[in-house]
Amino acid sequence: MRHIISAMVKNEGGVLAHVAGLFAARAYNIDSLNVGETEDPATSRMTIAIRGEDAVIEQVIKQLRKLVNVIKVQDFSGRECVERDLMLIKVTTLPGKRGEVNDLVDIFRGKVVDISHKDMVVELSGPEAKVDAFISLCQPYGIREVVRSGRIAMVRGTKAE
Amino acid sequence: MTRTGAQLLIDSLLDVGINTLFGIPGGVVIPIFDVLYDSELNAVLMRHEQAAAHAADGYARASGRLGCCLATSGPGATNLVTGIATANFDSVPILAITGQVRTDLIGNDAFQEADITGITRGITKHNYLVRHAEDIPRVVHEAAHIATTGRFGPVLIDIPVDVSTSKVDGELQSDLQLPGYKPNSVGNPRQVERAAELINQSSRPVLYAGGGVIASGAHQELLALAQAGNIPVTTTLMGLGAIPEDHRLSLKMLGMHGTPVANYAVMSSDLLIAIGARFDDRITGKITEFAEHAKILHVDIDPSSIGKNIKVDLPVVGDARQILLRLTPLIEERNRSEWWQQIENWRRDHKFSYKNDGKLKPQFVVQQIREVTGGEAIICTEVGQNQMWAAQWFTFKRPRQFISSGGLGTMGYGFPAAIGAQFARPEATVFEIAGDGSFQMNIQELATVARNNTPVKIALLNNGYLGMVRQWQELFYQRRYSHTRLNGNPDFVKVADAYGVAGIRVQKSEEVRPALEKALKIDGPVLLDFCIDPEENVFPMVPTDERLDHMIDLA
Repeated sequence: MRHIISAMVKNEGGVLAHVAGLFAARAYNIDSLNVGETEDPATSRMTIAIRGEDAVIEQVIKQLRKLVNVIKVQDFSGRECVERDLMLIKVTTLPGKRGEVNDLVDIFRGKVVDISHKDMVVELSGPEAKVDAFISLCQPYGIREVVRSGRIAMVRGTKAE
Repeated sequence: MTRTGAQLLIDSLLDVGINTLFGIPGGVVIPIFDVLYDSELNAVLMRHEQAAAHAADGYARASGRLGCCLATSGPGATNLVTGIATANFDSVPILAITGQVRTDLIGNDAFQEADITGITRGITKHNYLVRHAEDIPRVVHEAAHIATTGRFGPVLIDIPVDVSTSKVDGELQSDLQLPGYKPNSVGNPRQVERAAELINQSSRPVLYAGGGVIASGAHQELLALAQAGNIPVTTTLMGLGAIPEDHRLSLKMLGMHGTPVANYAVMSSDLLIAIGARFDDRITGKITEFAEHAKILHVDIDPSSIGKNIKVDLPVVGDARQILLRLTPLIEERNRSEWWQQIENWRRDHKFSYKNDGKLKPQFVVQQIREVTGGEAIICTEVGQNQMWAAQWFTFKRPRQFISSGGLGTMGYGFPAAIGAQFARPEATVFEIAGDGSFQMNIQELATVARNNTPVKIALLNNGYLGMVRQWQELFYQRRYSHTRLNGNPDFVKVADAYGVAGIRVQKSEEVRPALEKALKIDGPVLLDFCIDPEENVFPMVPTDERLDHMIDLA
């Protein structure tokens, strides 16, 4: 099963290496990992998407909690939360096709952020499935490059304790 | 007051109670050793950094205090790695201080540069690269706190040379800033009640005590629980001494080379009460069939140890001593006479033994060490046959009496650890029980004991083999002794003599006692070269991945 683990960590050098090292040392494979500062500049939030059996995930969470620089760890799976993935995608737009791609961007509520003679860069965010669907629809036109942020997530309603 | 980073370091180490450290100087730690030149902090010069780390570890295990080692950058730091990993595996609190190249050179492949915080990330409880001298007091206090709370472990502090030499004014903050570090030591009261219920309902319980009992100082509380419920106690290698092994409630050690009574009892139990132990594969044998009729109650300070190797019916996270103190009053008296009858039968029918064929036997040597020291000596071991013979035949009375690399199984550990133990407990008789293979992995420390007249007695069980590997080759590889015969061993008595250490060679059983008595009369280090039966084996033995009650015993 797929889990989203959210870890609040101290915002200082070496924390990412500690967390990444933990996953590497135990051969846990992560789907995505996102790090960014929180409302408190002294802490960062790491959002880790990982697949595995429940027992393995439980061990992952326990090992994360053991790290001295990790302040709090939560497993968001099974909880009501908002998930987003941000993507920049460079799509080939041959003459006559630009309009079609533009339509897709509108339907997916994306944004064209750069345009040239041969391609355009589209910014799109949403749940993973929506982002995947957009990629799939762009395939016939030719995709030159994709950059994704990895999953970020937040529990709905009251602030996650 | 203006102080350099190096002065701040030594002042902070003294502040957290460190008065002895083991180390070797080198380029980037000259400023630190310069402060040590006239400091009250006693620095012991070792001959290899690995030995410095093991000595700090032996010091910590023998005393229960924080150990400390110090090495230079690059190779000095990487030489500590085995010692740090050893301490980490066995949850031993040490501070490892390393020098680092100048801050502006880090990452530039400077001379003697190594990314030691990166290298040790997986083998320390935590580590630091200090970038500003004013952070040193806080970092040292945090490191000491982390090393000696929760599940103990090593913490490394890497200090660039320009941080050591830079000057700082005034009083500095040493308050801890560890918002993410909150070990739970008291345990959940409801879980403790449930634990008592499980114990009270059980008819064939066994207490399985590990190194956590010793780390927590819970040996008296363990005995109190065992007595309250009339429960037999077996210990892991790391738990030796958690209960006096000659106590009627003790089944001695379990596992691959444990006692048959302990292994049978665990396999027949209906409740296994694990305290500060982690279901290592050397304990469980084939894990899917381990204690298959038993419910598992697991008390451990480290939540990640619980449910890692085996499914647990009742976890209690917390410090062993604090939990036992609250658990024991809830235990109802039971005589469990049927269970004890069964145990006594096993105990009577399956004793450790060895063939008395006139050859010099290692088991006999260990028994004689026990007798001449009244069973009081601190025993440090290497790894392999020597370690198992020491564990099986000494009969330990107290915690911190048996010092050995359990988890990592580090050959070369015992001798430097014995040096550390002797510095921690100058009044104690310290024996290092060694094999000729292991001993040669840190033999250079003969210089350290000679220089300091450290009265460690080295009992070298010399069989001319990497004995435990040879035993496996004999039993499982058709006696194909591939590269286990140590041709080219030196004359160890002459080696000792060359270092200025007394050496005694012992070739016959009747010479053992007089030689040991002579060694104890010498006020200084002694090397006893016991030329033992070269193909003696350690029995009983559970082959790898066999059921724990399937023991080979060809003795």
